[in-house]
Amino acid sequence: MARTLVNVPKVAKQGEVVEIKAMIAHPMETGYRIGPNGSNIARDIIRRFTCTYNGEEVFSADLFPAVSANPFIAFTLVATTSGTIDFTWTDDAGKTQTASATITVN
Amino acid sequence: MHALWRLAAVAVAAVCGIVSAAGIEDGEKRSGFDFMAPATQALQADDMSNPGMLWVLQGEQLWQQAQGRADVACSGCHNDARQTMRGVAARYPAFDAATGRPIDLAGRINSCRAERQQAEPLAPESDALLALTAYVTHQSRGMPITPATDARLARFRDNGRRLFQSRIGQLDLSCASCHDDNWGKRLGGSVIPQAHPTGYPLYRLEWQTVGSLQRRLRNCMIGVRAEPFAFGAAELVDLELHLMDRARGLLIETPAVRP
Repeated sequence: MARTLVNVPKVAKQGEVVEIKAMIAHPMETGYRIGPNGSNIARDIIRRFTCTYNGEEVFSADLFPAVSANPFIAFTLVATTSGTIDFTWTDDAGKTQTASATITVN
Repeated sequence: MHALWRLAAVAVAAVCGIVSAAGIEDGEKRSGFDFMAPATQALQADDMSNPGMLWVLQGEQLWQQAQGRADVACSGCHNDARQTMRGVAARYPAFDAATGRPIDLAGRINSCRAERQQAEPLAPESDALLALTAYVTHQSRGMPITPATDARLARFRDNGRRLFQSRIGQLDLSCASCHDDNWGKRLGGSVIPQAHPTGYPLYRLEWQTVGSLQRRLRNCMIGVRAEPFAFGAAELVDLELHLMDRARGLLIETPAVRP
């Protein structure tokens, strides 16, 4: 069960700079560790994080093995119009996990 | 030669005497939170950045999920955890009449699973068990630790105190050697905290995950090069009883963040 925690202000003023926080529960296994039986633990990391604001990509990040488990990403946006903010995390296998939040701009 | 040994023994006793002061005064009691860097404190204080909240959220989902052959969820008997579980963690471990022994919260969750839900017990340190324990303990956040007063617990609490003060391992240290006598000083680069179990299960940056008090206790035992008690061992529950008694009055912080 992938779990995510996103924080978007519910209400913002037109043109206001708002802080967005997004966190996902993920082991971010580097692939460089050796398990108890002596064999490598397979790599399993999130490769890419994207954030779209009413369908338009406004923030993205590439993640690498050195990123800690349960990656936490915070960034800012300029609130322009009311709508939904969608978050997507894509892992090594191409599987995605999504979350979304709505923001009201007035 | 004999006299020389006696002299050596006296010298050792004198050195030990310096570090055998008993306990921490009530006014001096401080949560591990106070010893942390401001950045780590900020991480714990903000529920939106605190990674432990991921487990609390998972626990909230698990609370509602029907489990086992009885096909009943935790909420099936206990309803809304926000009301029914409030304050529970602040008084655990409690006396379990069925086994005649104290039981910790994780043990209670597993015994509930076995008896009421007729489900397999959750493995120690499994995400599901940590999540449920974190969710239940989270309901007591901000409440002072008030250990159960059940007289039947006294014997086990005394055993816990004895374990806390017993020197173990190749380094021949007791819990008290560091956490009663030398708290606030440094061990390597890290401050020695007072070892109050206020925030378990907690997110440890070193672990990169949430872990239980038992995991922490086992870590410390490995640290002094002693053989750790197994997960779920009676001794670990006795120790927890003593630790909760020692931390009486401090506030529950679950899910805490520690470095």
